[in-house]
Amino acid sequence: MSSPTVDLIEYDDAVARFDPVIGIEVHVELGTRTKMFCPAEAVFGEEPNTAVSPVSLGLPGALPVVNGTAVEYAIRIGLALNCSIAETCRFARKNYFYPDVPKNFQTSQYDEPIAFDGYLDVELGDGTIFRVEIERAHMEEDAGKNTHVGGATGRIHGAEYSLVDYNRAGIPLVEIVTRPITGAGARAPEVARAYVQTLRDIFRTLGVSEARMERGNVRADVNLSLRDTPESPLGTRTETKNVNSFRSVERAVRYEVSRQAAILAAGGTITQETRHWHEDTGTTTAGRVKSDAEDYRYFPEPDLVPVAPSRAWVEEIRSGLPEMPVARRNRLQSVWGYADAEMRDVVNAGAIDLIEATVAAGTAPAAARKWWMGELARSAKTDQVELEDLRVTPAQIAELQGLVDSGRLNDKLARQVLEGVLAGEGSPGQVVVARGLEVVSDDGALLAAIDAALAAQPDVVAKVRSGNLGPVGAIIGAVMKATKGQADAGRVRALVVERIGTDG
Amino acid sequence: MADVTRLSAAELADALGARELSSVEATQAHLDRMAAVEPAVHAFLHVNAEDALATARGVDARRAAGEQVHRLAGVPIAVKDVVVTKDMPTTAGSRILEGWIPPYDATLVTRLRQAGLPILGKTNMDEFAMGSSTEHSAYGNTHNPWDLDRIPGGSGGGSAAAVAAFEAPLAIGTDTGGSIRQPAAVTGTVGVKPTYGGVSRYGLIALASSLDQAGPVTRTVLDSALLHELIGGHDPRDSTSIDEPLPGLVDAALRGATGDLTGVRVGVVTELDGEGYQPGVRARFGEALALLEQAGAEIVQVSCPHFEYALGAYYLILPSEASSNLAKFDGMRFGLRVEPADGPVTAERVMAATRGAGFGPEVKRRIILGTYALSAGYYDAYYGSAQKVRTLIQRDFAAAFTHADVLVSPTAPTTAFRLGEKLDDPLAMYLNDVATIPANLAGVPGMSLPSGLSDDGLPVGFQILAPAKADDRLYRVGAALEAMLESVWSGHILDRAPELEVGK
Repeated sequence: MSSPTVDLIEYDDAVARFDPVIGIEVHVELGTRTKMFCPAEAVFGEEPNTAVSPVSLGLPGALPVVNGTAVEYAIRIGLALNCSIAETCRFARKNYFYPDVPKNFQTSQYDEPIAFDGYLDVELGDGTIFRVEIERAHMEEDAGKNTHVGGATGRIHGAEYSLVDYNRAGIPLVEIVTRPITGAGARAPEVARAYVQTLRDIFRTLGVSEARMERGNVRADVNLSLRDTPESPLGTRTETKNVNSFRSVERAVRYEVSRQAAILAAGGTITQETRHWHEDTGTTTAGRVKSDAEDYRYFPEPDLVPVAPSRAWVEEIRSGLPEMPVARRNRLQSVWGYADAEMRDVVNAGAIDLIEATVAAGTAPAAARKWWMGELARSAKTDQVELEDLRVTPAQIAELQGLVDSGRLNDKLARQVLEGVLAGEGSPGQVVVARGLEVVSDDGALLAAIDAALAAQPDVVAKVRSGNLGPVGAIIGAVMKATKGQADAGRVRALVVERIGTDG
Repeated sequence: MADVTRLSAAELADALGARELSSVEATQAHLDRMAAVEPAVHAFLHVNAEDALATARGVDARRAAGEQVHRLAGVPIAVKDVVVTKDMPTTAGSRILEGWIPPYDATLVTRLRQAGLPILGKTNMDEFAMGSSTEHSAYGNTHNPWDLDRIPGGSGGGSAAAVAAFEAPLAIGTDTGGSIRQPAAVTGTVGVKPTYGGVSRYGLIALASSLDQAGPVTRTVLDSALLHELIGGHDPRDSTSIDEPLPGLVDAALRGATGDLTGVRVGVVTELDGEGYQPGVRARFGEALALLEQAGAEIVQVSCPHFEYALGAYYLILPSEASSNLAKFDGMRFGLRVEPADGPVTAERVMAATRGAGFGPEVKRRIILGTYALSAGYYDAYYGSAQKVRTLIQRDFAAAFTHADVLVSPTAPTTAFRLGEKLDDPLAMYLNDVATIPANLAGVPGMSLPSGLSDDGLPVGFQILAPAKADDRLYRVGAALEAMLESVWSGHILDRAPELEVGK
């Protein structure tokens, strides 16, 4: 038995002696307009008990109707997690009495989830890919929210009375359940965190949820058990409920490893129970013991017909799925030719979108990475801001690199130009002119072609001069045509911009 | 004009359409009749006089203005108290809903209101429709107009007695195992349980979701057809509602009334006759068969070998679903709220005290049965086995309907028993529904119509069953039999019922 005063074993010692096995249940609130089973709006932060209907209040006579968009979102999630999608599946009633459950049963899925048998590859800090097997993803409805007034803050014990807000009752949820995650060893906390974080990114990429952890859009329950060796049978697990930030997921696993290891090392046994997570202390305390667990008396929901997504619909959803974060980064790494470590740094720095946009604007991938991970990363660090908050756009970086490529700027001058751009002095071309930083070069032939193109398209010139840089491509195109494609486009662009700028 | 309350709904509708009579007059006549006989019959739990007369005035004004109105517009109706009515008390015969005023209308009530039928009031019933005698109402029992010392059937004894006592030409009933048909049989009225999914369940306080179905209670087959067509048809708020147009029911009734059943195969269910059936019931059944044969029908014997298990399966499925459906009655959001006499006032203890005080003994009995049947370790043996029996019964029907277009049997084994006679013997009470339950388990439609009086001078019911979505066959065969019987009797069976009003 565990003792009330908790002894811990140092984490490193704990994982040296025992093999941790984790299992994670993630609930995500879907961002549908209406609730899972009724037309009441699915909203956050409204006046209590205003986003309700006879169905979400559980009034006598009310009947549920499945939200088709929620089913589509659940299928999207299932497909993104490489799951099979059920040809037919049913809802079930999970019966238990609690005031935040209006019908005193939750309409959920039990033995027939909409998605099952999938996996998710998550990347750890050092680039290791770890495969997490997904047992199932099923649809259900959220409960209302209890507020306990009086007594200890927010606790039911000692409260004078409790209030219930049913606005959240009936908001669609998808619960994603992993198989036991083995083989993570000492990295179990990191795997747990990376898994939840990757799921969050996927929810956002899929557009199925705002996935805001601080609002409880994504909630994780973390199961953990220890065993002597990876060959041993699974040990008794605990389930730490409602661990609602990435960092907490990692900390909760670490804590439970240390706590359980201390009990086992002292010859004790683990009690199968739920545990409460305490964010402030980073510890868990005992909740409900398994032997007290309620019998939910599941049975098929007779008020709903089975959900039978046609194969054509599933394939239509599959073909419309956006590229998943890991696939995208693998594709971009391959296209850009970055080394693993380089790509990892790019991802960790949050530079992937910025580099992609810079490359799209005509810059070579290596040069784009050099700017964003070098000079700009230093600048962001100095200013303590994110890269994307710097006062420079990928198009401007492309322009700057164009000036370098065309020989009009050397590296030293380019850094000065960038300094000017970051200081708000205008585009690289404007900074070059304003600061007089241009290197001498012979652009006579190009300038002649540019002048001819400018003279032929005065309307474009006027637009560009009025601040609309879009049509500048028309001039570049004309110059490229006149020079039979032999000109350096970046250089032409810089010259065109400068020419128009100078004339103005 | 003769006594307006003696007219059938179709006759009343014709008179209203011809402007020989106003809806206010018709409604007032029924309210007067209620005032006269309610002290003896007690069919109503709530009388809705003001609102009914307001509806009547509205319909009269629309007719006077030459507006097109529904054929039944202005014909008053009684509604079983298990159907949710906005701004009108709805108790389902239970103390636990005393004083509850629903904020919304059941779909079928919306259709009644839109068609302009004045709602006279809410009719008495066994608590939550659990019973076959209306003795389980928390608000006193209803008396059979044929013999005030006898039960009016149940659970919809109030609706059947109201129609039989000429308090209303039309009523709404609900039928989970016979609660429309058995009361019709013992009161000399017509009752129809439509195909499951044929009438929206939205706003019916659920007893057993997979069995419940609302339907008409009337004095003639044609009146049932008219009401059935009004309340039937697809409702997107009920997932189990059939998304197809109803077959022509009024047309079928009119066709049947010509008395020609040439080519119709009538199957007599071997298992629904014989032991346990009162001799007078069997005699009237045999005579009705002879009439059908005279009308050109072919009488065949069919066997439904699994019907003998229907009662057992029903009393597992019904309590299981009911135990979950009735969980919402907990004093937290609506209806009765009872605080524990002593000790702390926690949500759990308020729920327990409310349910302890608010539910009657039969409801508690079935909640306990259902909770047990769904419990872990018992589910497969009880609920699971019952569902298998259900499948076998559906197959019995499918096989029988290859030999016959309709199946027939006595509706109930006996005529109305005496009040209190079976109150202490639940099994004897349950056996009343032995012939009606198979239709609910299979989802097929059924009708009961009067086939004469037994040796004790009390009405006997004749049951017709048809394949799912072939409700029109009930009306064709029923109308034919009704026409022939009324020719034999030279009038309606209720003409032979004792007069309830002193001095008439």
